[in-house]
Amino acid sequence: MCAQKIAEKPRPEVAEEPHPMESILRMERIPHIWCPGCGIGTTVTAFAAALEKLEWDLDNVCIVSGIGCTGRVAGYMRLDSFHTTHGRAIPYATGIKLGNPKLKVIVFSGDGDLIAIGGNHFIHAARRNIDLTVICVNNFIYAMTGGQMAPTTPPKGYATTSPYGSFEMPFNIPHLAESCGAVYVARWTALHIRRLTEAIMEALQKPGFSLVEVITPCANYWGRINKLGVGLDLMKFYHQNSVIKHGEDTRNLGIEFQKPIVVGKFVDRERPTYLEAYNKRLAERLGDKFKPYGGEA
Amino acid sequence: MKADPKGVLTGSHYLDGDHACAEGALAAGCRFFGGYPITPSTEVAERFAQRCPLVGAIFIQMEDELASLASVIGASWSGLKSMTVTSGPGFSLMMEHVGLAVMTETPLVLADVQRGGPSTGLPTTTGQADMMQARWGSHGDYEIIALSPNSPQETFDFTIKAFNLSEKYRVPVLLMMDECVGHMTEKVIIPAAEEIEIEPRRFYKGPQGKYLPFKPDKDMVPPMVKVGDGYRFHITGLTHDERGYPDMTVDCQEKLVRRLVDKIRKNADDIIEFEEDGVEGADVVVVAYGITSRVTLRAIKLARKEGIKVGILRLIVVWPFPEKRIRELARQVKALVMPEINYGQVVLELDRCACGQAEVVLVPHGGGWVHDPDDILYAIRQAARGKRVGEGIVEYHRKKRG
Repeated sequence: MCAQKIAEKPRPEVAEEPHPMESILRMERIPHIWCPGCGIGTTVTAFAAALEKLEWDLDNVCIVSGIGCTGRVAGYMRLDSFHTTHGRAIPYATGIKLGNPKLKVIVFSGDGDLIAIGGNHFIHAARRNIDLTVICVNNFIYAMTGGQMAPTTPPKGYATTSPYGSFEMPFNIPHLAESCGAVYVARWTALHIRRLTEAIMEALQKPGFSLVEVITPCANYWGRINKLGVGLDLMKFYHQNSVIKHGEDTRNLGIEFQKPIVVGKFVDRERPTYLEAYNKRLAERLGDKFKPYGGEA
Repeated sequence: MKADPKGVLTGSHYLDGDHACAEGALAAGCRFFGGYPITPSTEVAERFAQRCPLVGAIFIQMEDELASLASVIGASWSGLKSMTVTSGPGFSLMMEHVGLAVMTETPLVLADVQRGGPSTGLPTTTGQADMMQARWGSHGDYEIIALSPNSPQETFDFTIKAFNLSEKYRVPVLLMMDECVGHMTEKVIIPAAEEIEIEPRRFYKGPQGKYLPFKPDKDMVPPMVKVGDGYRFHITGLTHDERGYPDMTVDCQEKLVRRLVDKIRKNADDIIEFEEDGVEGADVVVVAYGITSRVTLRAIKLARKEGIKVGILRLIVVWPFPEKRIRELARQVKALVMPEINYGQVVLELDRCACGQAEVVLVPHGGGWVHDPDDILYAIRQAARGKRVGEGIVEYHRKKRG
């Protein structure tokens, strides 16, 4: 049915209702830029729900994104929010966190941004155990630039820069995070709304470097180029083909093209955060000359 | 506002330029340093690492220069005065974030202890060949402020000046040191805290609902807030409106980038600083900056002994360039001479501003060492004859002995 005909139909009276998440979304910026069938929307919903359930003072919550489709998340959240450069959301967030350790800082970005161009920052922030929560939306492709191969593209997956199918080994993001020292690692898909919300809540409450990977459909590029149907088909495929295995060895979490995906909570461990280690060591060495750093300088 | 005594190491010290830079920053109220080691700037980071825990500041060694400047921008938005330091290849790696800091109007200081290039070049010896990169290194169009100290004492003083300018104009300020200044050890007097004037951050104090992060005051600079103050602001490197929201239109680009450029250009008289000596009635004026301005003093002394009427204009602020003053001088003198440790960078500005009114002489040096004062003297002698006005930038090469 064409747009004109829809407009001609009489519309029922609909009571104006506030959006259920308008306190946490910048409603003046909606509609957003994401395509129909994209998984970023449900991931943002899970994130917003997690913040609502935690009942935190949102004035102390800050979100940092890099560049790409997921890089636009920061701009839609009614939080102190930063849309930074490609790959550098983590060091930017590190500066914010160390500048004011009382803040809760979230990095919300895509697989290309965090794991390719930003891979170096990802591994070092995990190693240092900087108190950040990283939400990594993994759609296996560079979507903002029109469907190029990503470091997460499974072998045989097509993209505009892998026109004969990818042959590179992709990153297993949970394994990378665990190996580098992350204290909390979970993976869900964009349709596991309740479990994803719970994982984000846990990650937010975990002191140290926490990672939640979200497998999401990219309908317009990944789905179209690989002939996998529309967004909903992909979303359902990921959901129905995911196997929940809490505590699974992260070495077994590699993702193959259109094969079952292992989801769950894989890592939940204790390790001193960067600032805890900093304050402990300097107090040991400097004694009374050192006042634990709290950012009040 | 006066300096916070916590960071001020009042007294007479024997410091190299790199250490003086760190002390200047702490005196200016810098409380965050994120950096990556690179010769010849490493000693700045080392000094910060040692001093930060003692003054309630924080030091972090980041994984690379991209991360260093990103962390500095982040910390600045948390409300801390912040800086980083680098050299050579590191300066190139930081260029993208110089642009982000310009676009998001983030106050910070970036010191570049220049070494010989291109590429890895001469890691341990001096150069002044990053001057145009300082001006134009990040993509897109913008104006920036760059200072050039010529001694450890000036490095201390100008670091404070750099912080003050960055807060006043909400722009990254580049401190263009060089290896000689960075590694030269001299007496540095650090005054009492109450004698150090500090430009406080221009915080917005109005109601939360009405805050527009990029609505400028009369001087074209918007007031700032920090993360956690409840303003729920948005910052992006995209072209943005006064709310800070992306607005990728021709009109918004014109309004925003025009203001970013104009807030420096139209306040240039307030920003620009230089020193002159013996300029009135001179036939030749040497325009110099950084370590080269000290070498020039020797050449000028020798030239004056020969009876040549020669003066010096020493650039303290290199960018923005003192265009008006150079235009005036070009009408008064036979020649303007610029020695610099590169093959002609700031001299391009000198030539542009001279408008064919005076001969413009370059005394180049490829880097690795400072000029031989005799090379500058030779150029002054030739220039004093003043025959080649309007021929573009000229060079006079002295036949070297041996």
